Amino acid sequence: MVRLITHNLLACHARGCTSNNFPLRFSDAQIETRKADFNADFIRAFMPKLEWSALVDAAKQLGDTSLPLEAPDMLDEEFLKNLHRVLLEIHIEEGSMTCPNCNHRYPISNGIPNMLLAEDEIA
Amino acid sequence: MLPTPDLSHLSSKDYELIYEPAEDTFLLLDALEKDAEALRATKPTVCLEIGSGSGCVTTFLNQILGSSVIYLATDVNLHACRCTCATASRNKTIVDCIHGSLACGLHHRLKDAVDIMTFNPPYVPTTSEEVLMAQEKRDIQGAWAGGVDGMDVTNHFLSVVKELLSPQGRFYLVALKANDIKAIRQKMLIENGLKSNIVLERKAGREHLFILSTR
Ligand SMILES: C[S@@+](CC[C@H](N)C(=O)[O-])C[C@H]1O[C@@H](n2cnc3c(N)ncnc32)[C@H](O)[C@@H]1O
Repeated sequence: MVRLITHNLLACHARGCTSNNFPLRFSDAQIETRKADFNADFIRAFMPKLEWSALVDAAKQLGDTSLPLEAPDMLDEEFLKNLHRVLLEIHIEEGSMTCPNCNHRYPISNGIPNMLLAEDEIA
Repeated sequence: MLPTPDLSHLSSKDYELIYEPAEDTFLLLDALEKDAEALRATKPTVCLEIGSGSGCVTTFLNQILGSSVIYLATDVNLHACRCTCATASRNKTIVDCIHGSLACGLHHRLKDAVDIMTFNPPYVPTTSEEVLMAQEKRDIQGAWAGGVDGMDVTNHFLSVVKELLSPQGRFYLVALKANDIKAIRQKMLIENGLKSNIVLERKAGREHLFILSTR
């Protein structure tokens, strides 16, 4: 499954591609929204692990501009609920993610991202 | 005793393509259940299962720890990824499943961030050709073919475990007596900087199974 939380955790891992390899850029994304249980504690605990500007940018690529450019210091209920929706309820079902550095393309099909590389075969 | 996840949506057709939960899977579930209180006490936010197969283990963890955690899973076998997602939704939980090898594209962003990590690896001793072929074909053979001492795939992963684990993080690994438990633990300590203990062991038919954990 690719949600924006997953996208925020994925980087290109092609051999030699070690800088500017995050965030991956969406193209041809087809999205679906599905309700998920709201858990304010989880959102709060996960905030420090997010790369905020990557999240704002990825949401924008999917047509969602509801997030502030800078993460706020005060996390009120309204903000947390919106962040919950953006992070956990938008599912990218089809499309692809491209590395900003080496342009490697990782396809998404039926909601499953394909992060395999020919070179990760275990020798 | 927590119930094992509902797997009734999977059929023998699926088990021609992916690993059917067996004694090793259930021993891992028992180990996680045994440690449930301790796991909850670490207030985890990130769980990662490598080689999720049917999705039984990740869904079980979800039942123990609830919705304040993100559950990530990877598998090289595409059908296993599909089944992992199907098992999660069948049991009204959610898993973010990635088709990839080991911790693949997650490594960069999940340094020092994974609170609970599990791997029931392909551990059956085979020839090196067999493990290479299985890893390349990404089919059911990849569920068990483990190379000369059954440790080829596991050893690859052990070298990144410490980097991924959060300060309070724990890693659970399934292994066979035939893999040489003492040697694995020694190697984990010396080469990978991972102190381990035996959480559970059980004889099941010809297999003598162990669950090791890093705490
Ligand atoms: C013994 S099965 C365990 C399946 C499931 N976790 C369970 O306990 O029932 C091993 C799983 O690891 C997967 N696998 C094998 N090599 C892998 C790799 N390099 N990266 C990720 N998964 C892998 C197999 O496809 C298979 O699903």
